[in-house]
Order: sequence, then C-alpha cells, then structure tokens
Amino acid sequence: MLSALDRKLVRDLTRLWAQVLAVGLVIACGVMTIVLFVGATRSLDETRSAFYERYRFASVFASANRAPERLKRDLAAIEGVAAVETRIVKDLILDIDGMIEPAAGIAVSLPDAGEARVNRLYLRQGRLPEPDRSDEVAVVETFASAHGFRPGDRFRAQINGKSRELTITGVVLSPEFIYAIGPGDMVPDQRRYGILFMPRKTLAAAFDMTGSFNSAVLTTLRNADVEVITEAVDDLLRHYGGTGAYGREDQTSHAFLDAELTQLEAMAGVIPPIFLFVSAFLVNMILSRLIALEREQIGLLKASGYTSVGVAWHYAKMVLAIVLVGLVIGSVAGAWLGGSLARLYAQFFSFPFLVFAGSADLYVIAAVVSVIAALAGAASAIRTVVALPPAVAMRPPAPANYRSLGLDLGILHSVFSQLTTMALRHLWRNPVRTGLTALGTSFSVALLVTALFSFDSIDHMIDQIFFQTSREDAVIAFAGDRHPDALRAVRRMPGILAAEPYRQVPVTMSNRHIEERLVLEGLPSMTDLTRVLDRDQLPLALPSNGIVLSDRVAERLDLRVGDLASIEVMQQDDRIVHVPVAGTIQSLVGLTAYMDLEALNRLVRDGDRISGARVKLDADRLGQTYAAVKETPGISSIALTNLSRANFRATIEENIVISITIYTVLAVIITFGVIYNSARIQLSERGRELASLRVFGFTRGEVSSILMIELGVVVLFAQPLGWALGYGFAWSVAQGFESDLYRIPLVVEQSTYTTASLVVTAAAVVSALAVRRRIDRLDLIEVLKTRE
Amino acid sequence: MLYLAIMSPSHHGTEPVFDVTGVTKVYTSGEVEVRALAGIDLQLFAGEIAVLLGPSGSGKSTLLNIIGGLDRATSGSVLFNGRDLTDFSDRQLTRFRRDHIGFVFQFYNLIPSLTAWENVSLVTEVARDPMTPDEALAMVNLTDRMSHFPAQLSGGEQQRVAIARAIAKRPEVLLCDEPTGALDSKTGVIVLEALTRINTEFGTTTAIITHNAGIQQIAHRVFQFLDGRIASMHVNEARIAATEVEW
Ligand SMILES: Nc1ncnc2c1ncn2[C@@H]1O[C@H](COP(=O)(O)OP(=O)(O)O)[C@@H](O)[C@H]1O
Ligand SMILES: [Mg+2]
Repeated sequence: MLSALDRKLVRDLTRLWAQVLAVGLVIACGVMTIVLFVGATRSLDETRSAFYERYRFASVFASANRAPERLKRDLAAIEGVAAVETRIVKDLILDIDGMIEPAAGIAVSLPDAGEARVNRLYLRQGRLPEPDRSDEVAVVETFASAHGFRPGDRFRAQINGKSRELTITGVVLSPEFIYAIGPGDMVPDQRRYGILFMPRKTLAAAFDMTGSFNSAVLTTLRNADVEVITEAVDDLLRHYGGTGAYGREDQTSHAFLDAELTQLEAMAGVIPPIFLFVSAFLVNMILSRLIALEREQIGLLKASGYTSVGVAWHYAKMVLAIVLVGLVIGSVAGAWLGGSLARLYAQFFSFPFLVFAGSADLYVIAAVVSVIAALAGAASAIRTVVALPPAVAMRPPAPANYRSLGLDLGILHSVFSQLTTMALRHLWRNPVRTGLTALGTSFSVALLVTALFSFDSIDHMIDQIFFQTSREDAVIAFAGDRHPDALRAVRRMPGILAAEPYRQVPVTMSNRHIEERLVLEGLPSMTDLTRVLDRDQLPLALPSNGIVLSDRVAERLDLRVGDLASIEVMQQDDRIVHVPVAGTIQSLVGLTAYMDLEALNRLVRDGDRISGARVKLDADRLGQTYAAVKETPGISSIALTNLSRANFRATIEENIVISITIYTVLAVIITFGVIYNSARIQLSERGRELASLRVFGFTRGEVSSILMIELGVVVLFAQPLGWALGYGFAWSVAQGFESDLYRIPLVVEQSTYTTASLVVTAAAVVSALAVRRRIDRLDLIEVLKTRE
Repeated sequence: MLYLAIMSPSHHGTEPVFDVTGVTKVYTSGEVEVRALAGIDLQLFAGEIAVLLGPSGSGKSTLLNIIGGLDRATSGSVLFNGRDLTDFSDRQLTRFRRDHIGFVFQFYNLIPSLTAWENVSLVTEVARDPMTPDEALAMVNLTDRMSHFPAQLSGGEQQRVAIARAIAKRPEVLLCDEPTGALDSKTGVIVLEALTRINTEFGTTTAIITHNAGIQQIAHRVFQFLDGRIASMHVNEARIAATEVEW
C-alpha cells in the first residue's frame, strides 16, 4: 500500500496537474530533441558505417583520363591498400520518355567477371547486367522510383554521342551514391539525375577505353595512412591525366552525409540545452513555492521523527515524477518524430535500410540528462527542506507582508496607476526570479528566431546563387576540354540566347604546408550570366594576372590578397606555378577559385581550351534546345540551373512547413511552461492580496490586471533578449552548418523577429488567460480565512 | 528552584522523565542577541500533567522545543531518562522524537492533502510500536470523521486529529504548545478532555503550554514563566476535570 507521504505526493501532483504538465511538456521537448538529434545522428552514422562495411566502400578515390589496366597491379601493391577496383566512369545525357528536358547521368562500369571488390552494389530488385549484353543496365533506386522504372523497362542514353536504348535489369543501391546530387543542383533531383551501372565491356567499347580505366577506387587496411596512399596513387596516375586522389572526406556523397551529421550535432548542441535550462528553472520555481507553502508541514514531519533526508526525498520524488511525465511524452514523441525524420532522410539519402536507432540507451541518456537538469533546478529548494529546523512547526507563521499592503490600499487615489505600481513593485521585489522568467520566455523567441532565420538565409542564398551569381539557365559540359570553336557550335543550337565559356581545371593549391584540392575556374574577364561579385555585390572583373579566391579557400590556405598561392595542375606535368591572390569574394557553395580564362590557359599551357558553356535559354523554345542537347555528341552533361532553382525552392518550402510547425510547437510549449507557471505561482503567493482587493471593491478586471501587467512586462522584456539570444543561436547554428560543400549565410530579417515575437506573445496571452480564470473564481472568504 | 521539584508530592515515582538543569538559550540573529532562556531547572515526572504559563515571549515554546529535541540548548543539560539530549547528534534527535515524543501544535499542522486517517498513519508508519490510526482516532472520538480531509473538519476536530497523530505512536511524552490557542471554549474543552483521557489511560507525561490560566486547573503541577526563567511552580492540590475548566 502507498505510504501516507506517497499519497500526499500523488494528491499534490494531481492538484498541480496543470503546472506539472506544463513543466513535463518542457522536459518532454528536451527529451524529444535529445532522442531526435542524437538518435538521428546515430542512425545516419551507424547505417552508413554498416553499409560501407558490408558493401566495401572505398577509402581512396582517384580518376584519370585514361590509364592502362596494368596499373591496377601497381595500385594494389601500394602499402596499406587492401583491394583495388578499376572502372570506367562517364557522364551521360539521358533521354527519358515523358521528359522534355534531358536528364544527367553517370555510367559506372561493372567488372567483367565476378562481383566488384570495392563499392559493391546492393541489389534491391532484378539482377545485374550480363557482362556481354551491351544494352543492359542497372540503375539506382532513387532514379528508378522517380520514374516508376522496374526491371524490364527501357530508356535512352547518349553514350559517346550515340543514342542507345537500354534495358533495366536491376535496381541497386551503392555506398558510393548514398547522396546523389546532379551537376548544378543544390538538392538532389532524383528524376533528373540517374546513376547507371553497365558492363565494363560496353563502356570500354563505347568510349574506346579497352584495356584502360579512368577511375580507381581502393579500400585500405586498418590503420593505413590515407595521405601516403593518395600520394602514391597520384604518382602512379600522374602521367595518365590523374586529377588527384582523395579520401572519403572529399567524396561527394560521404561529404554530404558528414555535413548532415555536423548539422545535427550543431542542433543537438543548441536546442536540447534550452529545454533543459528552462525545465530546471521551472522545477525550481514550482518546488520553491511548494516548499514555502509547506514549511510547517515539513517542520511537522521532522518533529514527528522523519529524517531530513526522508523529507527531502519526498520532494525529490515529486521532481522525479514530473521528469517521468516529460520522459514518457518526450520518448513517445521522439520515437515518432525520429521515424518521420528517418523517412525524410530516406528521401535524400539512399540506404538499403534506415532504421531510426532509438536504442534503449538513448532514452536512458535523455532520462539521466533531464533528471540531472531537474534536480539541479530543485537543488536549492530541496536544500531549504533539509536545512529547515523542525521547530518552525511550533512557531505560528507571521507573513506580515500582506497586511501592510492591505492598509495602503485604503488611501489609494488613482486606482489604476496604483495597481500598476503594485505590479511593478512586486516584480522588482524578486528581481532574480523576474529576470529568469523573462529569460525563460526569451528562449521561446530565440528558438523561433533560430528556426525561422534559416529561411531568411536560404532566401538570401537562393538570391545570391541563382539571381546574383549563377544567372544562367543551363550549364553545358563538354566531353573533355574543347577548342573555343565549340562555343560557337553551342551558340548555333536552337533557343540559345547567350553563351559564355568556362574552363574547369582540377588543381592542388597550396600555401607553405597547407594543401587544398579544388577546381580552378577560368572565365572571361567580364561575364554576364555567371558573375563573380565583390563584397558590394558589384561584378568583379577578373584580373589578367592572379586568382580570386572565396573566403573559405583563402581561410583554409591562410592566404591574403597579395600572397602567392602555389598551384599544381594535376592533369599536367609536375610544374608548380606561383600565382598572386588578386582578391577574395564571398561564396556560399563549394571551394571556389576563379581566374581569367586566358590566364588560366596560359598557366595550363595546353592551348585555348574550354570545358563547357553557361547559356541563357529561350523559354519558348526549350523543347528544341533540349532535343538538340540530347543529340549533340560532344555534350557530356547538362545542368539545368532553371530547374535546380525551382527544385531547391520546392524542397525547401516543403521542409519549411514541417520545420516551422515543429519549432512553433516547441516555442509555444516553453512560453506556456514559463508564463503559466509563473502566473500560477504569483497567484498562489498573492491570492490573499488579490482577494483583499476584491473585498475592497475592485473589479475582477482590475484585480487580474495586476497580474496581467506583471506578465506583460516580463513578456516585453523577453523580446529584445530573445532577439539577441536568437541571433546568437542562429550564428552558432550557421557556424555548425558550415562545410566545404556550402555555407549558410547568417541573415535574419526583421520579419523573423516580428513573427517570433507575435507567436510568443500570443502564446503568453493564452497562458495568462488560463490563469485569469482562476483569479475570477477566487473565493474571497476562503482565501482570507486560510492561513498562508 | 530545584527544591521545589524535590518537595513536590509526586505520586508518579521519583525518577524524572526529564531532568533539565541550567538550560539557557540565546538566539543570535545578526548583531542582536535574544536571551530566550536564562537558566531553567525543571523536572517532569512520569505520568504527570505539567502546565506552562507565562506571558508571550517568556520562553515557554523555546523550552518545549529543546526538551522535544527540535532545538538545542545554548548551555545546560537536558536528561531524558538519564541520557543527555545535548550530546545527541541530529540523527539521534530524530530517532528520539520518532520513538518518544508526541507534539501537538497550536495550528494543528495537518497535511491538507491527506485525510484524518492518513495524517495519523503518516506517523504510525515510522513509529516503533504504534497503535493503528483507527485506535488513535477512536481515542479522540473521531472514528466517524476518519476519511475527511482537514478542510472538511472544524478547528477542534482538526486539533483532535493532531492529538491522535501525536499519541498514535504511544509516546512517553506529549508536548503541546497552545493546543487550544486557536479554539473557542467549547471545542477547547473537548481537546483538553482528549488530552486528560490519554494521560489517565496511558500515563503519558504531558506538558501543556497555554495562555489560558483556567487550564492550569487540570494540571498536577503548574510552572509560571517570566523573562526566560521559571518564576514559580505550584502543585495543584485540587485538580478538576477538563469539562469543568472555566475559559
Ligand atoms: N528562532 C528564533 N530566533 C530569534 N529569536 C527567537 C526565536 N524563537 C524565539 N525567539 C525569541 O525568544 C524569546 C522566547 O520566545 P518563545 O519561546 O517563543 O516565547 P513564548 O513561547 O513563551 O511566547 C522571544 O523573545 C522570541 O522572540
Ligand atoms: Mg510560544
């Protein structure tokens, strides 16, 4: 049977249910976000590792123009290399029924015999192509499902200028393409980007690569030094147009997953602590009040022979019960949202399986953390319980505060202003609590600012990327660098309004001992479609000598304007050229470095060359242009910037709604937790005073206005504080998001602050009104009769 | 003062339950020192009812707190059955209260969220050899109010619950600080009746602080406090029943 004290506990919890629930919900948010962020991080990380391991994902990647197959043995002989697979990898243009625009694709060769030793495929459906069937292909699952393809379906691809009909034999997943993003895209577009696995023979024949390869993937032994291996690989491939070997951190799919993990960690570092802090504060507020009310009962228990620890434990149990409420709600919500997040991830990342790793220990961690936070909040209140001398039970209580206030009232002249003065004086009497209440509320504002700012930033990003810098409609990439004549051919294609050439050269840029692999892009000195902008957003003319670096590159290499950067062109000889840094620019995507096209050509020393063209399309003739692109042999890929832009917008907007909803709920919960509890506690402390006012003849409205004014002042102060905190959180989130792939600019619009404040204020008003009902129902006689 | 105690014609045996010698108590709050007890000598004998009278602030509660193990003397000794409370650790004092002392306070100090029965069981749960809450409530004639919450009881009833709670553990000593202070005469008498009945039935040594001089008539001995000292003590030759107390 329940002991008498435990019954008191149960009844107290029942009586204070609204407050318990309000705090419980805040704790639940803490638990939920821990489960969510930590669970998501783990799910991604563990699933990725398992996938990598079982399907032998490479640790070193290298590409070349054309390397003889015999090098495979040399690659395998490098110390620390476990297995090597050589392949032919080519960009393609795909022509799919029902799609006017061309899709981009990559063809990856499958070994002639047996299963690949590195980067194996997970077969979801069907079978892999027969080595001798030149029309068979396996496609990645994302692409297949975007088009509803099943084994047996067909589509066309431009393979080295020849259009071929291919038959799908299987649907696969590859550890190499967990995140597959097409050229020019900001987010994956599964319809327009396909990864094709074809027999080596087919690709060798089509691209005249028999006995050669252009891509090598290597697995390494445990503890092998990847740096040493990449250098050895570079040495071997140097004379075959090697573009520099790299490790997993530079492999696109892996890097995107890493970026996602970094983001999750950034969120995990910001969001759950907010809830833990607020819940600690609320527990402190509620428990302090409860203990103040129960001073004599505590004295009595001690006088009757209960130990201090025993009584303290009684209150600790109350805290634990509140945590339990939060834990249950938070765990259920966390597991549920975790499942949704896993499904969201499944949209972007293709794993053969992705389970939300809500393992038991995750909930234990969340439980421990929230118990610690709550008990930390309860500590000071519980200390008073321990310290309270049992003799207080004997002493008649003498809280004289209220009486003098009651007398003052008789001589009040200007009613309303006096009430306001009362409210303000009361706030001032307990400045720490008032400050913490404002701080707690400001967290709601901050949370919303943190959530909403990302849309400001993404808007800014879209504007920067798609309207300021990359203003082209499409980027046409040639199969290999061409003579500038090719540009004229592009201009002659139907529907091309303008075309600007570009050249991309993979280089290793270094400064002293720091090295960075990146693509140096050559552009005409002044461009109109793709623009290089200076800090004032004005087009920058590329100097005829020197390079222009993005901030991130300059920072990485510790280069400043005027310094000399060492540049090694990877596909060429061993020359290292020193080039001055002529300027730095802000860039949100990738590691970018620009150079005047002619200067670049002089640097590479292989004559006049371009890699492709950025074009402006005639919107009315898209069909013709697309058809022409599909049929032009020299074009290896096309990135449709116009569609990327739209797709990016759509994806973001879809997630905006989910995200805003979640964060609004979280912010409302905090506001409710803080405002409702603080109002209830005010009411409990001042019920007598307020009832006296009613006895004196003040109206309900006047009396509740005191409380409302107090809450109003707190909420008011919380706003600027919340804006400042929100900006800080946004900053730290932006920092956490920053990777070599992209950077989220820190932009917080006025409207974000306004929205955050409106939402929080509305939630505060509702919470306050919930308490106002209690003021209206104050039982005057009861309140005056009962002792404090 | 000691001779007064020795000379008292106590028919309750010669070994005192409490033997208080030279107890002082000084409260220091900041700069101010309050001398609440300025040297108290007193003995309480088994089975007697002692009434402590005196003006407000004369130190009655302070003394009761000290002998009840709620507070510590600044100097002097408090022997309980020969053991000195002033040597006790906090843990021992808690034990001592739990096993031997029942308290009744002016403001009942019931736990509002527990019923009468549960308020009593609060104490029986931690006591060594308690009676059942039902028995204790029967002692104070509250059997029919057992499942009421404090808010549903009158002041007198609440105080009787508090008494039931205090006696349920069968304490050797019952310490009552103004038990009728918040009650009117009619309910006050009922509470006093409960106290005297317990004293008669169990032989519980009982100390009662009161402002009400009429109450001294139910005592075996009466101590008069003044300025932290016992000004006088007299033995009550003609005790009257609680019902006859003039308010
Ligand atoms: N905790 C305390 N701190 C300071 N002074 C106290 C405390 N308790 C009692 N006193 C003082 O000690 C004196 C005796 O108090 P008390 O024993 O309560 O008197 P009585 O019960 O006879 O009315 C009074 O002057 C009182 O103000
Ligand atoms: Mg007193």
